[in-house]
Amino acid sequence: MSEVLLRAQGVGKRFGGFVALQDVDIELRAGERLGLIGPNGSGKSTFVNCISGDFAQHDGTVTLDGHALAGLKPHRRARLGLARTFQLPQPFASLSVLENVRVPLLFSGDAARATQRGMECLEQVEMAAKAAMLPRELTQVEQRRLELARALALNPRVLIADEAMAGLSNSEVDQIIELLLRLNAAGTAVIMIEHIMRAVTAFAERLVVFVAGRKIADGEPRAVLGMQEVEDAYLGRQ
Amino acid sequence: MSATTIPVTAETAGPRNLAFWGGAIGIGVALVVILRLIGNDYGYFAGYFVLQYVVLASAWNILGGYAGYVNFGAAGFMAAGAYTAVALRKATGLDLIPGIVAAAFVSGLLGLGTGYLTLRLRGVFFSIATLCLAVVLQTLIVNWDYVGGSRGAYIVNPLEIPPFASWGEYMFIVMLVLAILTVGIARAVEHSRIGRGLQAIRDNERAAEAVGVPTLRLKLIATTLCGALMGVAGAPLPYYSGYLNPDAAFSLSYAVNAIAMPLIGGAGTWAGPVIGAVLLGTLQQAATVTISSALNLWIVGWMLVIFVALAPRGIMGWFRKRR
Repeated sequence: MSEVLLRAQGVGKRFGGFVALQDVDIELRAGERLGLIGPNGSGKSTFVNCISGDFAQHDGTVTLDGHALAGLKPHRRARLGLARTFQLPQPFASLSVLENVRVPLLFSGDAARATQRGMECLEQVEMAAKAAMLPRELTQVEQRRLELARALALNPRVLIADEAMAGLSNSEVDQIIELLLRLNAAGTAVIMIEHIMRAVTAFAERLVVFVAGRKIADGEPRAVLGMQEVEDAYLGRQ
Repeated sequence: MSATTIPVTAETAGPRNLAFWGGAIGIGVALVVILRLIGNDYGYFAGYFVLQYVVLASAWNILGGYAGYVNFGAAGFMAAGAYTAVALRKATGLDLIPGIVAAAFVSGLLGLGTGYLTLRLRGVFFSIATLCLAVVLQTLIVNWDYVGGSRGAYIVNPLEIPPFASWGEYMFIVMLVLAILTVGIARAVEHSRIGRGLQAIRDNERAAEAVGVPTLRLKLIATTLCGALMGVAGAPLPYYSGYLNPDAAFSLSYAVNAIAMPLIGGAGTWAGPVIGAVLLGTLQQAATVTISSALNLWIVGWMLVIFVALAPRGIMGWFRKRR
């Protein structure tokens, strides 16, 4: 089995008196495909924000490849190979598609090859033909692809896809799943946070379930989805 | 703000830079020759007035136009530059050119400090903080007797300064050089990775941070550069008029023009503030000599209303849309 790449131990986060995350342990191995599911408000995005550095967790530790991430700003974590996408696409609206992808490259130490690498990233997500367009001229699924291309430009070891398929049609969901599978096959470990169960089961080789800020299940998707606690959490029969 | 962007490659950057610097120096020389042929000191005064706004507006644009952080404290930074020149003259006897260098240093430090204290604020909160800075600085200057306090400070200029035809011509040429350098710096920032990072911050700061852009560091660079160049715009002021008091140095018109000129010309592009400063500065000078200087802010207000309605991205944005 490959080594642990990302390790979260005892992670907790509070907003005032509200406990959003409590004592969460998650390990992600190199090249692994992890699905993270849970009802709305269960703490999935809070967990992602703690990992990416948008939020500072109150308890616990997060390490990437053995390096503690505490105190590191999101841009430093990104440069260590921790990339993420957002629930709603957040492109740089005034920059062209290519420039959107060049931005991370300009700050990555590979600035001299930024245009060439940017085009390569766009080719990977089949967006090279749209390089000169503005983000507002793209369809919803193309904006998702742009987000992924921008994340790819970081040459990530871990990619967190936070509801990357929200609002997409069935065929568009399939396109994104295929794309994520390709990226994973190239060696990137992926954490998929998703409400679309079809996508999660098609993609993930391991599933973690959050309920009310706690991890209640972690294991092989079929087994996890068959657990009574998971069903109760989703159907509200706790 | 800016529209579709095309990467500047090494192959295109060289000739473009040459064209820019060649054009800027050519225009500068032509202006000097024309004004000398006209031979009227008012021409130098009007030219100085417009060029000082080219510097101020270009400086504002680095933080406000590229990074989207609207600085209402331009008058404070400009006055800091002007009073640094006065203090240096009084303390050491050093005159204009060392005064400009010192003003850039002091105002740059002020910009850096302001950045550290305020850049966790965003939007209107940042703008209010910069406005407060100008008010605090004005209070300090009014109560600082060494630089004249509320009475103001005098600087006696020489009657002749060879090889220049007059003191007015000398001041005009100094401001012309500063304007060319400032626009050159703004353009270099725009085409550099710093500029691209600032544009990413303006569009979406959280996403910029998430893709590896060191947002705080870039914003501090921008506030420092913006402050330093605004100080540079202010440093010649006491030498030009021979007298400086807090009301003149902290005039509301500097803060308003510093914002209005880039917005009207096209914020987020190096050419926008230049166009806006030339247009608004010339209109204000025309109003001053034909009607009254009291109309200046009235003109700025109307121009802003017209441009917000007809060309919200300024003249540059309007032209880009039509292309």
